[in-house]
Amino acid sequence: MRILAAMSGGVDSAVATARLVEAGHDVTGVHLALSRNPELYRSGSRGCCSIADANDARRAADVLGIPFYVWDFSERFAADVVADFVAEYAAGRTPNPCLRCNEKIKFAAVLERGVALGFDAVATGHYARLDRTDEDPSLYRAAEPAKDQSYVLGVLTAAQLARCEFPLGEVQSKTELRAEAAERGLLVADKPDSHDICFIPTGDTAGFLNDRLGERVGDIVNEADEVVGAHRGYHQFTVGQRHGLHLSVPAGDGRPRYVLGLDPVANTVTVGPKSSLVVRTITGIRPTWTERPQTGSWRGLVQVRAHGEAMPATISVVADQLEIALDEPAFGIAPGQAAVHYDGDRVVGAATIAATNS
Amino acid sequence: MTARSYLDHAASSPMPAEVLAELVEAMGQAGNPSSLHQSGRTARRLLEEARESLAVSVGARPDELVFTSGGTEANNLALLGAPRPGRSQVAISAIEHPSVAGVRERGDQVQLLPVDADGFLVTAELAELIGAQTALVSVMWVNNETGVIEPVAKAADLAHAVGAWAHSDAVQAFGHLVIDFAASGLDLLSLSAHKLGGPVGIGALVVRRGIQLRPSGFGGGQEAKLRSGTVPVALAVGFAAAARLAAVRQAEEQQRLAELKQQLVAGVLARIDQVRVNSPALASPAIVNLTFAGARADDVLLLLDAAGIDASTGSACTAGMHQPSEVLLAMGRSLADAGSSLRFSFGPSTSAAEIERALAVLPTAVAKARAAA
Repeated sequence: MRILAAMSGGVDSAVATARLVEAGHDVTGVHLALSRNPELYRSGSRGCCSIADANDARRAADVLGIPFYVWDFSERFAADVVADFVAEYAAGRTPNPCLRCNEKIKFAAVLERGVALGFDAVATGHYARLDRTDEDPSLYRAAEPAKDQSYVLGVLTAAQLARCEFPLGEVQSKTELRAEAAERGLLVADKPDSHDICFIPTGDTAGFLNDRLGERVGDIVNEADEVVGAHRGYHQFTVGQRHGLHLSVPAGDGRPRYVLGLDPVANTVTVGPKSSLVVRTITGIRPTWTERPQTGSWRGLVQVRAHGEAMPATISVVADQLEIALDEPAFGIAPGQAAVHYDGDRVVGAATIAATNS
Repeated sequence: MTARSYLDHAASSPMPAEVLAELVEAMGQAGNPSSLHQSGRTARRLLEEARESLAVSVGARPDELVFTSGGTEANNLALLGAPRPGRSQVAISAIEHPSVAGVRERGDQVQLLPVDADGFLVTAELAELIGAQTALVSVMWVNNETGVIEPVAKAADLAHAVGAWAHSDAVQAFGHLVIDFAASGLDLLSLSAHKLGGPVGIGALVVRRGIQLRPSGFGGGQEAKLRSGTVPVALAVGFAAAARLAAVRQAEEQQRLAELKQQLVAGVLARIDQVRVNSPALASPAIVNLTFAGARADDVLLLLDAAGIDASTGSACTAGMHQPSEVLLAMGRSLADAGSSLRFSFGPSTSAAEIERALAVLPTAVAKARAAA
């Protein structure tokens, strides 16, 4: 196969690419330049799109003896990921930009460009497994649960997955992977993992949003609509958040209070006890399916954040939305995040959380 | 592996075997040409013979030749060393190589001289823009992206009329066109070895007698106190050998490369629509620049590379990403067209078969790249 390997400059994508080369595929490496001003994103090992990362990716491609290109997707990234990220916070929701990037950039714009140029598939260093025994590939969690990244791939469709390669799905541990990188002579073997949002390398999401949305002082209220504190912008808060509230009025029961909801119109943040964060049902909009669309109701597992647990639930398609009834109540599920649902270890589909109910 | 077509001689031209042989032999010589003992004298003799040989190749006197690490350093020496009391400004054409154009980042005493749609310097504007403050006028002999040949003698006349010095970056001209420094009227001329089959790592600045440049570095005072540092004798020997070989072949090669270039251009125009030739008739036979409207240059390069054809955009990279060509933008092309243009460049090893292979691959590559854009 002619494969386009997305190389971030990190150890995972370098080993993934090496494995494909070794398997005899015709591999071309591509690094995605996602910042209009790469210097701004530069942050040692922490960003995923700095000049240093591009150089690391190129060095790995040279070691593997494959062609390497840098593709400028900065405009698409700014419009489809960063602007969406800011708009979602402005709307009082909590987006997942990595998922969005996979959906709109890596497995959409990049894949389309690659296919047009004659490539058969796009490969990444994500930890997830693809089973191709059937006509449509099935997406599974990685062999090593702690490294599993199927959640951020949950938005991919059958058409996209048909052109994906995830060579690291069977990796047992990061230690093993680093050893393999060292054995293959890839100098990124000891490079630290990236954790932050790549376009906020300082990790200061609130500051990033303040710069774009401005500071707007508003009230923090309790469930009785009594003012208990002040904030400098509702977009600095996420449902379920406990720290950083700086409340001026102590809670009547003396128990910790959590963010329950955000109101962009009134510019208020509502807080209350953990019990008020209870979620039993979730409404998911814009459902996507990794294979064929489901109908009716079925039993499954639901995950609502990148490293969250898989919760047993009954999932139904109602009109063009998903209604998810959790077996056990959960706490602090933020609208805007993705609900990815599974059949055992197999990813069935995803939807954006629009509302939650106790 | 099938045969490849190397159509990127303007980036670096492969070293002919006879040049390599001379280079290797000189590499075996120990000695610092500044030393007084026998090894030093041997090295010095090789160095000065190379200098004399190169001087003949470019129509200069041996003592006018200052060896540098390459074309970039030669350009830097000229641009940074020319300003002097009372004359603080430099004027450069809008299509200079970054090793000249980069002087803009060193201050605001730089005037940009416009070019027309074919890339030719607008000499009437030059006359208007320069004056008593002008220290240097720098106009390249041959543009590295389009091959356009600039009116350097005219630029030199205009510079001298206001008492300024005239410099030309002849890196892409040397080896392909006749360079006669004495006849050119220029005061400063930059050369590079590896564009004509010499070794990477050496070039020269030709400095007319009587021109006092300010050195940009300090050290042992080698190379007429202008460029300190031990001169790499073997590289100089290789440089001179490559220049001699190019001079011997030049008349014949000019004709041959012009035919190859015509073969490529005619073939492309016959096979692919919406192509614009950015190189005018008065251009180096070794370079042609084509705009494939609607295709990303990087994508065409990727497909050509995969099919065994080495070409280039000819313009600078930032973090491995090609930027829209500043040269084509200065010629009035749109941002889209400037990002859809490729340079093909030729040299002694280029054959008609290589051009045919490129022509066989280009229509599909351009069609795919257009679909991917």
